[in-house]
Parts: sequence; C-alpha cells; structure tokens
Amino acid sequence: MSVLRPLDKLPGLNTATILLVGTDDVLLQQLAGSMLKEDCASELKVHLAKSLPLPSNVNRPRIDLIVFVVNLHSQHSLRNVEESLHHVDASFFLGKVSFLATGAGQESHCSVHRNTVVKLAHTYRSPLLFCDLEVEGFRTTMAQRLVRMLQICAGHVPGVSALNLLSLLRSTENPSLEDL
Amino acid sequence: MDSYNAPESTPRQNATSRLKDYFIGATPLQKRLESVRKQTSFVPTPPRRKLPQCSQLQEDVDPQKVAFLLHKQWTLYSLTPLYKFSYTNFKEYSKLLSAFIAAEKQKGLAVEVGDDFNIKVIFSTLLEMKGTQRDPEAFLVQILTKSQLPSEHREGKVLWTGWFCCIFGDSLLETVSEDFTCLPLFLANGAETNTAIIGTWFQKTFDCYFRPLAINAFNLSWLAAMWTACKMDRYMATTEFLWSVPCSPQSLDISYAIHPEDAKALWDSVHKTPGEVTQEEVDLFMDCLYSHFHRHFKIHLSATRLVRVSTSVASAHTDGKIKILCHKYLIGVLAYLTELAIFQIE
Repeated sequence: MSVLRPLDKLPGLNTATILLVGTDDVLLQQLAGSMLKEDCASELKVHLAKSLPLPSNVNRPRIDLIVFVVNLHSQHSLRNVEESLHHVDASFFLGKVSFLATGAGQESHCSVHRNTVVKLAHTYRSPLLFCDLEVEGFRTTMAQRLVRMLQICAGHVPGVSALNLLSLLRSTENPSLEDL
Repeated sequence: MDSYNAPESTPRQNATSRLKDYFIGATPLQKRLESVRKQTSFVPTPPRRKLPQCSQLQEDVDPQKVAFLLHKQWTLYSLTPLYKFSYTNFKEYSKLLSAFIAAEKQKGLAVEVGDDFNIKVIFSTLLEMKGTQRDPEAFLVQILTKSQLPSEHREGKVLWTGWFCCIFGDSLLETVSEDFTCLPLFLANGAETNTAIIGTWFQKTFDCYFRPLAINAFNLSWLAAMWTACKMDRYMATTEFLWSVPCSPQSLDISYAIHPEDAKALWDSVHKTPGEVTQEEVDLFMDCLYSHFHRHFKIHLSATRLVRVSTSVASAHTDGKIKILCHKYLIGVLAYLTELAIFQIE
C-alpha cells in the first residue's frame, strides 16, 4: 500500500525531512529555496510532490512533516489536496501535518472560500497557516516558521514533541468552528 | 482532544454574555464597534448559508418603469452610508451638482449657481426598488444635455446615469444611526470622467466613500448557479462562461457556451432542496462543467480563474460590470450585489 506512515523508517542522523504537496510548482520551489536558506542546526531535506501517492521505487528518508499547499485562486489545488489526503496514514495527523493556504491577499482572484480551507483543516485536526507565497517577505517568514516546526516534528528540539506543538497551535478563538 | 475544550469554553461564554449586557444600552456607534469586533472573530460570509431562490424575490416590479435599467452595462461601486442626505432636497442637490460639474469641466473659472449650462442634472426616486420596507428608497441621478432653444421643452439626451439602491440591507441598517442613509450599492453607466466627478461631489457633500466593487470567481460561480436556477419562459441568450488562464506573455481566455436549457437541466439534476441554494450544489454544478470540459480538452478549468458569466437573466464580469436582462429577477440580482457591497464596506 502506498500510504505514508510516520514511523515506518528509521530516522537519519541529525536529518529533518519535509514534504511539500501542492499543484503550484513555482510556489513550492520558491518556498523550498527559502527554507534551505535558513540557518538550522539539523540537516534539512525538502521534498516536493504534486500529489500523493508518491512513487514507491524511490529511496527516500523518513518524512517528518507534510505541508499541503492550497492555492485559494484555484479549485484544482483544493481538489488535489483533498485526494492526496487519502494516502496519508491517520497517525500522521498527530502534529506532523499542516495546511498552508496561499493567495488570500488578492481577494478578487479567489475562487475558493477561506471557510472551506478552515473547515478542511478543522476536519483533519491540523493547523492551518495563511501566507502569500508570492511575496518574498512573507515567504521568508513562513519558511522560518516551517523550519522551526520541522525541527520539533523531527524530535530535534528537546522537551517539545509534535503532539505538544499541535495542542499549542490549536486556535481557541473560534468557538463557532466547533459547530461546523 | 475535544473533552479538553469544555472547561475552557465556560469562562469564554461568561465573557461574551457580559459583553452583550454591556451593549444593550449602547449608542449606535458602540453597537457598530461590537458588530465589527464580532465579525473579526467569526468567519465572515460563510458559504454554507442557504440563499432563497430567485423566484421568491420576484417583486411586482412594473416592467415599463424599470425598462431603462435593463440591457445597459453598469459599473458597480460600494458606497458607505451617506450623512445627512435628504430625499426632499432633490432640487437643491440638482442645482449644486450641475454647478459643480460645470465648474469641473471649465476648470477653475468662477461659476454662479443657477446659470444656464449645457447640461442638466436630475435627481429622482426609484419606487419599488427595495427588498423590505426598512430599506431606504433608491434614487437615480441623470445628466442630460439641455436643448439650446428654450421654446422646445424636449428632454435632452441622457449622457450619464447612476443610481443608488439598497436591497435587503438589514445587516448594515441595524448598525448605523439616524443621520445616515444606507444605500450601499451604486451603479453607473456612462463616461468614466462623469462618474469620477459625481463621486467627488457625493464624497464631499455627504462624507461617504466609493470603492469599485469587484466580484471574485467564487461569487461569480454562485451567480452562475443562481441565475441558471431561475425559471425563464424563453431564453434570450446562451449561457456563457469565460475563464482567464494566467500564462506569459499574454493571458489566454477560454470561453465555454452552453445551451441555456441544457444548463437548466443540469442544475435541476443537481438541485435537491427546493427554495434554497447550498454551497455543495454550486460546487457540484461547476464541477460537472469542469469535468465535461476536461474529458474533451484535457484542460483543468478549475485551475483557471472565472472572469465572466453570462446567462439569460444577467451577465457579470469580475471587474464589477453587470448587465441585467430580465426584469423578473432584477430584485434578486440586486440583493446579492447589495450583500457583496455590504461585505466590502465592512
């Protein structure tokens, strides 16, 4: 079965691997570039994928964090992410999956409502980040955040685990979402 | 995980109920602040809401009176509430606005109010252009050329038309005080320079603010679904969609035309609950169109941007241009646009 499982491989020494899944190649490449520029004590590996399942013939390290990138300008990217989610094992969603929505800044180009993505992230109990990946400054900040999250998910930060981080990131300010 | 939230929610609920008590005896400004604060913590415009079907919004609009509103391309603007606007001062407003326009056109020469100009401005009310009784009356501003010969009392040619209306604007009406008139939707037809001049005069006189109203792809797909759902006796135009594909050096445009009866048949097969339109139905309707196109052309239309929707009821462009073709559903179309305008103001 080509389902991604969090613990089916041994971790590499001082290595942290992130998988970015999304239809916009250009944005993912730029984000990957920004992340690799960050100063990090661990060795970073960034894998990009258009969709899941990943081809099984490639030898790849254990994946510590999956980020699903949804472009609010395109329904296609949302559908793609929704289908890829089926190929991820349930135990991944204990803090090792995150959603990233891009394109919210240009309201006139949006064809996906913000609420749809919020509901998706809520269904999968994972944090949702908003960032306009096309703007360099925002992208750099988001890259810093993701590198930090990745280090925690790979277990390189003593005292904080992915599950701890998940409970910290759960937003407590939207009581209405519990009714959705 | 969910059980941990229970003890946290009780102190939050107490806080919001205390806040509500505080605001019962509040001034309109405080009520407005409270509603704005509520909006920031709750997700605005949830797409899961259900809208009434267009047929329910058919008012008994006299087709003769509104005939001049149809078949014209209107540019949309959202307008903040007007301060100290009065429906009885139309003659005065006409005179002031004529003088202002003449002054702008002559650029800085001294002009007296009441002089003879080549143009004439008329303010008039549009009766029956409202959703509920609470909505303020819609009014119309027209710039006409004046005939040079005073003996001929012929109406001049209309150079520019603009009208202000508010259809089902309850969410905005609740939050403003008595001095303000809420007419959030402004539609203009005519030269852009005239629109700019009129806009400047209104902004100076009534302390309001105009903003162009853009309709994004999400709202265009809602409009497409609602207009396809409308029952029509005869279809005057094909249902047409236009998508813009961003690519260099010039963007590509993809146009997709469907026979209106086929579109209606598709909608009927998707539509489940009578009298309501839900987000799932709109998504399914658009997905059917996308998958049909993909099967034939292997192009994912869902990755492009919907730019224009044209049906027998009305046609809308993402830049905020609209043309209404059917008088039966005029109020319904305006109600949705008013909602978009209110959302943009807030």
